[in-house]
Amino acid sequence: MALDTEKRDFKIVGTRAPRPDGIDKVTGRAQFGADKSAPGMLVGQILRSPHAHARIKSIDTSAAEALSGVKSVITSADFDKASNSFNQDALDNCMAREKALYHGHAVAAVAAISPSVAKQALKLIKVDYEVLPHVIEVEDAIKPDAPIVQECRQAADTPAGLSQNITHQMSFGHGDLDAGFAKADLVIERSFKTAATHQGYIEPHACLATMGSDGKADLWCCTQGQYYVRELCADFLGMETSQLRVTASEIGGGFGGKTTVFIEPVALALSRKAGKPVKLVMTRDEVFKATGPTISTFSDVKIGMTKDGRITAAHAMLRYQGGAFPCGTIEFGLMSAFAAYDLEAVTAEGFNVMTNRPRQAAYRAPGAPVAIYPVESVVDELCQQLDLDPLDVRLKNAASKGTKSSYGPTFDDIGLVATLEAAKAHPHYSAPLGPNQGRGLSCGFWFNFGGNTSVSLNLNADGTVGIVEGNPDIGGSRASISQMAAEELGIPYDNIRTTIADTSSLGFNDVTDGSRVTFAVGLATIKAARDAIQKMCKRVAKLWDIDEDAVVWEDGYAKPAGPNAGDFEPMSIAEIAAMANSTGGPIAGHHEVNADGAGVSFGVHLVDLEIDPETGHTTILRYTVFQDAGKAVNPDYVEGQMQGGAVQGIGWALNEEYIYGDDGLLQNPGFLDYRIPVASDLPPIEAVILEIPNPGHPYGVRGVGETSIVPPLAALSNGVSRAIGHRMYQLPMSPPKILKTIKG
Amino acid sequence: MSKIHVTTTLNGDQVEYLCEPQETLLDVLRNQLDLTGSKEGCGSGDCGACSVTLNGRLVCSCLVLAAEAEGNEIDTIEGMADGEQLHPLQQKFLDHAALQCGVCTPGFLVAAKALLAKNPNPTEVEVRYWLAGNLCRCTGYDKIINAVMDAAAEMRGA
Amino acid sequence: MRYAAPTSVSEATRLLTDEPGLSKILAGGTDILVQLKAGLAEPDLLVDIKHIDGIYDIIPENGGYRIGAAVPGAALGEHAGVKALWPGVVEALELIGSTQVQGRATMAGNLCNASPAADSIPAMVAASAVARVNGPEGERDCPVQDIPLSPGRNSLAKGEFITSILLPARPAHASDAYLRFIPRTEMDIAVVSAGVSLALDDSGVCTEARVAIGAVAATVLLVDAAADCLIGTKLDEAALDAMGQACSAAATPISDKRGTVEFRKDVVAVLAKRAAKIAHTRAGEQS
Repeated sequence: MALDTEKRDFKIVGTRAPRPDGIDKVTGRAQFGADKSAPGMLVGQILRSPHAHARIKSIDTSAAEALSGVKSVITSADFDKASNSFNQDALDNCMAREKALYHGHAVAAVAAISPSVAKQALKLIKVDYEVLPHVIEVEDAIKPDAPIVQECRQAADTPAGLSQNITHQMSFGHGDLDAGFAKADLVIERSFKTAATHQGYIEPHACLATMGSDGKADLWCCTQGQYYVRELCADFLGMETSQLRVTASEIGGGFGGKTTVFIEPVALALSRKAGKPVKLVMTRDEVFKATGPTISTFSDVKIGMTKDGRITAAHAMLRYQGGAFPCGTIEFGLMSAFAAYDLEAVTAEGFNVMTNRPRQAAYRAPGAPVAIYPVESVVDELCQQLDLDPLDVRLKNAASKGTKSSYGPTFDDIGLVATLEAAKAHPHYSAPLGPNQGRGLSCGFWFNFGGNTSVSLNLNADGTVGIVEGNPDIGGSRASISQMAAEELGIPYDNIRTTIADTSSLGFNDVTDGSRVTFAVGLATIKAARDAIQKMCKRVAKLWDIDEDAVVWEDGYAKPAGPNAGDFEPMSIAEIAAMANSTGGPIAGHHEVNADGAGVSFGVHLVDLEIDPETGHTTILRYTVFQDAGKAVNPDYVEGQMQGGAVQGIGWALNEEYIYGDDGLLQNPGFLDYRIPVASDLPPIEAVILEIPNPGHPYGVRGVGETSIVPPLAALSNGVSRAIGHRMYQLPMSPPKILKTIKG
Repeated sequence: MSKIHVTTTLNGDQVEYLCEPQETLLDVLRNQLDLTGSKEGCGSGDCGACSVTLNGRLVCSCLVLAAEAEGNEIDTIEGMADGEQLHPLQQKFLDHAALQCGVCTPGFLVAAKALLAKNPNPTEVEVRYWLAGNLCRCTGYDKIINAVMDAAAEMRGA
Repeated sequence: MRYAAPTSVSEATRLLTDEPGLSKILAGGTDILVQLKAGLAEPDLLVDIKHIDGIYDIIPENGGYRIGAAVPGAALGEHAGVKALWPGVVEALELIGSTQVQGRATMAGNLCNASPAADSIPAMVAASAVARVNGPEGERDCPVQDIPLSPGRNSLAKGEFITSILLPARPAHASDAYLRFIPRTEMDIAVVSAGVSLALDDSGVCTEARVAIGAVAATVLLVDAAADCLIGTKLDEAALDAMGQACSAAATPISDKRGTVEFRKDVVAVLAKRAAKIAHTRAGEQS
């Protein structure tokens, strides 16, 4: 659905409208995943593998089942076989089948009358493990003699001499690399390592499952996609989709980590067996051990540049590990790595390898931050060595409309140049730096997605409007959707109430991910509003006994136009809705679509930081985010996404990492030693919104949620490198690593 | 194992409950008293989502046993608004869009209220350090700090 | 697990002595509750000492202060007298955890929990703090550095618990300071730490010094060699460098998820020097 050709003065879109769930959230009334209870509810708890890799020879649950107060005990035997291999992986991740594949992998579960009984019951389950050798790091997993994580999952074209753990292998690019490198005045080739990180949402996964003896079930859970949860759970429990109703609670953060299932099928299976509702809430320890952290990586990047700053060739070899199951995130990494650049010769190739670690889940622009980090680092190092301004070099090579991207498509209107120019003109870029201080910058990119979307827009008899959509609100989207509908209908924002439906109440919706909601649900809302308007005009035309074409909609009123202009008093939504029953029945607008036309979002981040040369401690002095939003429907929420993503990227760059011992066990499954940024770590974060309209959306909206986590990794690495006078090639840049680099 | 009988003052009202010795105040607030505004983000005192005040002092309710509430005064997020009237901090959080998912918001509000009761005129740095025990993953803290500073100014009558 | 809340020292002592199984003390609870939840501690009896008479008192004693075992760090930070006399001890307490944790955590609890990285211990050791221990044999005083034995183990006998800690009086021109290194700005366990207490004569020459370093060995180390580098000097750069090197030499750290051996040895010297400088400035301001 294309950009509206008529330019319009937005009245509500673009304002900082208050959020509809605000009062509930500031009073503690809002109900999140763990906040619901049911009469007769049992407590579910999960037994998890203490080993990084082990064959499960047998599980004896008899003592647990016999314990007074225990109402059901399950293992993988209580699930059906899934309908395809991707779903089977998701199921095996929820409950181990033949092998425990990582430390914390679920092997059994109980439902009991209280937490203390459940805890006791877990201790009574006897699991006979045959401990196997494990593999944790990318470099080790690719060796030909590495322990095999799962048999027969390897990519068909795995090169000789590499391990059977390699599962996805691909390449993107165009042009002649050798010729390109030959034209360069300077070629730099470096290797980089990044550690796995976690989305770090403050709300652990939680659900309440109620399954009746008639095979129907209700599931309440915090999720980014209730429809997808329904699809998977129905598959795993052998139910028809329509028998399972999934309701999404308010969600305490997701960032991609709640786009699949972990405990929900387990809770349903426990409930089915016990005949009672089961509440299952993960502990923070379990969240780190057994949900979906990111990939960790080991990559090589080689870039050639002329002495006046033109990139002549670029090559990346990216090696990702996504845990114990095949993981396709390498594709996004390879596609995004060089997306910011207009290149004649570029190749991004790489693969995924399995390890004995938890199954990766999406985290805000999955694959992109760790692909763009090495690229932007090498570009910065080239700028340093050639003594060129890093922003000028980006501008010289920036992709723009008409550029054939490194991953294939040709770009339409994009905002990269605008964000670079805004950064260059900003006072941050020319602020003076003191001793031990450095400035770093990086570009960032995310594709953004459209996807399957359904919206219903219903008129109430009093002229207020109810919008029903199916995407959990993880960033303020209910406000933005209400704003777009209010704009279309010409009625006050407060007259609209947007609710997120359960799976029984609305057609299918893809998960809230890919920064798709403001774009796709917005687009569908606009269409649904226009559909409702058309229906209202039709009703009014009939009432006035004039042609449908002679009724127009303006500022919330149906007005006679053309030859009939002025003949009748305009009718408001309230008046039309009040008459609905006698003019043909209830009035609603609908739109169901698989939306495409999502616009990519580019961003640039600037950071100034200071390093304590005696301790390696980093202090961030100043941080500015520039990003293209296409059209900022609600600037408060766009700024929020820019700031929030930036801070997650800061944590990724400085201190966050999964730390494993030689025994393959996770050493830091808690917020004490998995160190996300705290308020005192940060300065104010300035957010500068650019608006280069996306031609694929009526208002020009682009998704903004994900791009902002991409630039911080290299921006901080470049800043630290410049501050200490030595390049850094590894994340996180914790103080011991920085001090070690300083000391040489 | 027999339960402990506790009498305590909760948001100004006298309340009684029975609890197991190892149950935390957070467990009882959420599971028995239906006060789910305080959240369990970590259970180990590292995230602040369970913040309440105990005799006016800011604490993590996951680090207080339910039995320890005996004879004390507990104030939770549910007691912050006065009927329909929001506390200035609550209103400023809305005005400044200082929340995205909102799960950390009750903890931040309780913590900020305790700060302003002790120090009505904090600097931005003082606010950031006081709130360092409250983790937020969505906002990057920026709008939260703005909201607290603005509420402080309003409460001072500035 | 059973819970008891005695109202007198003798009642508490009796409960602890008579308990056949494992008993633990509950003061602030910020360590024990975490351990209970993680299954690292499974006591049969938890004795809450917060209802004992006087356990929250801060009382001047012979020019110093006797601080009840239940006094949380935040309350200590609000006490003008203690802050003026021992600013290093107070700042150490106020670095533990978060504002919420400081609302509960106590010096006695931090001491008895005996983490190698405990924040209050280096400062208390440098301060020559003395723990008053009550038990079945009555009352005894014990220098705080004799309480921690090894990570998680203390020297108290069955039936004993700390009822107060004495921070002693100071001569003129004396003060202390505590610094720790953490990767963020708050919330982390100390990677390495240093507490320095010193006294100067009227001409600014150091007459007494105690240098305690933390998170670089199984327990806090009181480094006499480091103190000797400062005594008799005006804390010039050479004296400070020598003190730093003495600290590095005395440190026997491990590499773990928080830091490496190399990092800890380097940074302990840096922190000890910086803490000494702060204590020096504070001492100069004290008459």
